[in-house]
Amino acid sequence: MITEHIMKTHQLYPEKWVDLYADYLFNYAVARISDADLAKDLVQETFFAGLKSAKNYKGEATERTWLIAILKRKVIDHYRKINSKKGKAEVRINYSSSSDSEGDWLEEQVADPFSTLENGVLENEELGIAIQECIGKLPKKQALVFTMKTIQNISTEDICNDLEINPSNLWVMIHRARTSLMDCLNKNWF
Amino acid sequence: MISCEEAATICSKTQYKEASFIEKMRLSFHIFICKTCSKFSKNNKHLSSLCEKAKLHTLTEAEKVEMKENIKSEI
Repeated sequence: MITEHIMKTHQLYPEKWVDLYADYLFNYAVARISDADLAKDLVQETFFAGLKSAKNYKGEATERTWLIAILKRKVIDHYRKINSKKGKAEVRINYSSSSDSEGDWLEEQVADPFSTLENGVLENEELGIAIQECIGKLPKKQALVFTMKTIQNISTEDICNDLEINPSNLWVMIHRARTSLMDCLNKNWF
Repeated sequence: MISCEEAATICSKTQYKEASFIEKMRLSFHIFICKTCSKFSKNNKHLSSLCEKAKLHTLTEAEKVEMKENIKSEI
């Protein structure tokens, strides 16, 4: 049980987690697990684990960084579980072939989302994070319409029915969202 | 001739290939004349290609609602 006191002291807002971070965490997980259902479960587990260890949150990292660290561990655990299922044959690889690594275990081999390595995959991932962050800054309805249309590829008609708006409303919202996104991404990606 | 605002909305529509033939004609005419919209159109296309390149995934609204409820019940 998490007391209100703890929440206030360390500035965690679990009731906002889904809106703020679910897509971001989900992208991170999908990129590493490539199984959407499983990725979704890991995100949910991450939120639960976050609640459970909220008292350990010292406010040193942002809420997002803190959650991604938890998810990272979940992803590692997932691969460990698969590996142990594969049988008892233990494969030992010398991870520390490069001298600058401190330990010799798997954790440090997981891609760091904040790394600036000039690598295509990582760059696309950074791009994804940047877009996701910018979408997060949009007014909620614009973000929803843009996401449905652009990322989930839902037809205009279905979105209009779903949200009870007319097509010209939809296009105005899409247009505003796109304009804000261009501004938001401007610094690094345009 | 259409206004810049109209042109911009049509331009966003074309990113989803949903502008009508007439709209497209109007837009290209406008872009031919208007430098600002021409630049906007270019950026808009670039945004589309960025979104595609990033291969974004999202949870559906229903999935998010479910997650929220799960979290609520744990707090």
